[in-house]
Amino acid sequence: MKRVYVNEEWCLGCHLCEYNCAFANSGESDMVKALKGKPIRPRIRVEGDDRITYAVSCRHCLDPLCIRSCISGAIHREDGVVCIDREKCVGCLTCVLVCPYGAVQPGPDGAAMKCELCLHNAAGEPACAAGCPNRAIVYEEREEGQA
Amino acid sequence: MKKYLIIGGSIAGVSCAEGIRSRDGEGEITLVTAEAFSNYGRPLISYYLEGKTDIPRMSWRGEDFYEKNRVQVRHGVTAEKLEPEAKRVILSTGEALSYDALCLCLGSHPFSPRFEGLETVENRFFFTTLEDALALEKAVGKESRVLIVGAGFIGLKCAEGLRDRAGSVTVCDLAAHAMSANLDADCAPILEKHLAENGLRLMLGDTVTKFEGKTARMKSGKTVKFDVLVIAIGTRPNVSLLAEAGGAVNKGILAGERMETSLPGVWAAGDCTESMDVSAGEAGLLAVLPNASLQGFCAGVNMAGGAEKFDKGIKMNSIGFFGLHIMSAGTYTEPVYTEITEHSCKKLFAAGGVLTGFILLGDVSRAGIYTSLIRERTPLETVDFEALKKEPSLLPFGQAFRAKKLGGAV
Ligand SMILES: Cc1cc2nc3c(=O)[nH]c(=O)nc-3n(C[C@H](O)[C@H](O)[C@H](O)COP(=O)(O)OP(=O)(O)OC[C@H]3O[C@@H](n4cnc5c(N)ncnc54)[C@H](O)[C@@H]3O)c2cc1C
Repeated sequence: MKRVYVNEEWCLGCHLCEYNCAFANSGESDMVKALKGKPIRPRIRVEGDDRITYAVSCRHCLDPLCIRSCISGAIHREDGVVCIDREKCVGCLTCVLVCPYGAVQPGPDGAAMKCELCLHNAAGEPACAAGCPNRAIVYEEREEGQA
Repeated sequence: MKKYLIIGGSIAGVSCAEGIRSRDGEGEITLVTAEAFSNYGRPLISYYLEGKTDIPRMSWRGEDFYEKNRVQVRHGVTAEKLEPEAKRVILSTGEALSYDALCLCLGSHPFSPRFEGLETVENRFFFTTLEDALALEKAVGKESRVLIVGAGFIGLKCAEGLRDRAGSVTVCDLAAHAMSANLDADCAPILEKHLAENGLRLMLGDTVTKFEGKTARMKSGKTVKFDVLVIAIGTRPNVSLLAEAGGAVNKGILAGERMETSLPGVWAAGDCTESMDVSAGEAGLLAVLPNASLQGFCAGVNMAGGAEKFDKGIKMNSIGFFGLHIMSAGTYTEPVYTEITEHSCKKLFAAGGVLTGFILLGDVSRAGIYTSLIRERTPLETVDFEALKKEPSLLPFGQAFRAKKLGGAV
């Protein structure tokens, strides 16, 4: 299946992916209205230091620990995409406790949230990849272990 | 066609069925469980009382799970005897069910020491099943004074669930601190203060010596008047079905990394088992939901001829009370990092060159990066541990690690 991958050599550390992500998941149609003056809650985050930067988001693991660990059964797969049913989630954050990539976080209402590849929002496909100016973030099919 | 039998319809049992079906679409799966409800998130019972979920949403793998996975379920039926030579299980209905592969997913039962006068208490409950929660929902009214014996996570979750329903909630524990199995004396006071600020009355280092109807006489000499009593002192693995059949048990059913018991054709998973804790280097009770699920799945795959291992087991827990998040994992060996403020606490423990445990209270973001270090037994010399101590991130793991994890399917 297609996933979001990051080529860290090409990442400029511009954080645009974070803004595009927060906007895509805001439910708003106007970026200024969605983001201006508000703390943004992107599901992808740029990390690194003054030499290296890269973005981290849910890996949609082949055998996701979060799905096995979720106490409410809120985390599940939809065609391979790991999704959170935020109606079922009670916000215990066991997913945050087990995710090896630190890719899950509490959302504004306390329920957990993470990248769902923009399949449930108006973007339709990952806004982080679509808007990455240097094509460091890509949305494509890769094999296990292939870099 | 292979005949699979699963005893216990909770997290481990349901995960076992998932594991079987991941390899064998044909075999016949029967699941027998003592409770009237099954396949629900057991930890959700306090959220139910709090009004944060309801019975339909508590379904762990969805209401169509059994149908979709072709599992024959028998609710309200207890397995009473295991006959390993004949490969069959005798049920409370008198039936004998034969199997080719059996998995015991029996969980645990609440434990109650003998309190003098306990039989004089009319309204007394445990807090481990949905039925317990439904009974408490009925018994507790706006005026009720609730006394909970046990300030472990189950007792405190119960207290949180009942706070808005009851007149008052008091929690006592012989231990000097709340959640003493998970927190240490540095971290626990932050939680205790938070609980008190949220209306719970804590009586720590104190417990009941005698019950007289609606009065509890405490060790300290105090008395507590109550209407409803909840005993939440602890749980014990259900081992007798296997032990009486001659299987090896210690505190829990002994299960190796394939989740096989000492009896051929008999697997076990979840809270009823005792298995290797990689952070301690010895077997122990790893009784939390993620382990029950991982073990059940592993057992199921192996019952169907696969080769799964459960070999990264540690204790780990994430829980919150009135908005304060608490995570704990692994074994508390040598403290190597401590950061304590008025509202938060962070402690990391390491030994033998690997991270063995942590406690986080307040800021829990990206804690899984630490959990993963413990489970994978990552040599700390291969990462920039000084940087990791301060903040969990993937930077200290180096470029090769990131290329593998962020650059391919994992
Ligand atoms: C209030 C509460 C809060 C919790 N919170 C958390 C949390 O936040 N995070 C976390 O990770 N864990 C939590 N836990 C622990 C978690 O619920 C357990 O680890 C998990 O449910 C274990 O699953 P299991 O399938 O092994 O056993 P159980 O869930 O105990 O289920 C065992 C089942 O087997 C049935 N059974 C037993 N013997 C027989 C028999 N002879 N015949 C037929 N059926 C039988 C029982 O009736 C039961 O339905 C909590 C537990 C409680 C009670």
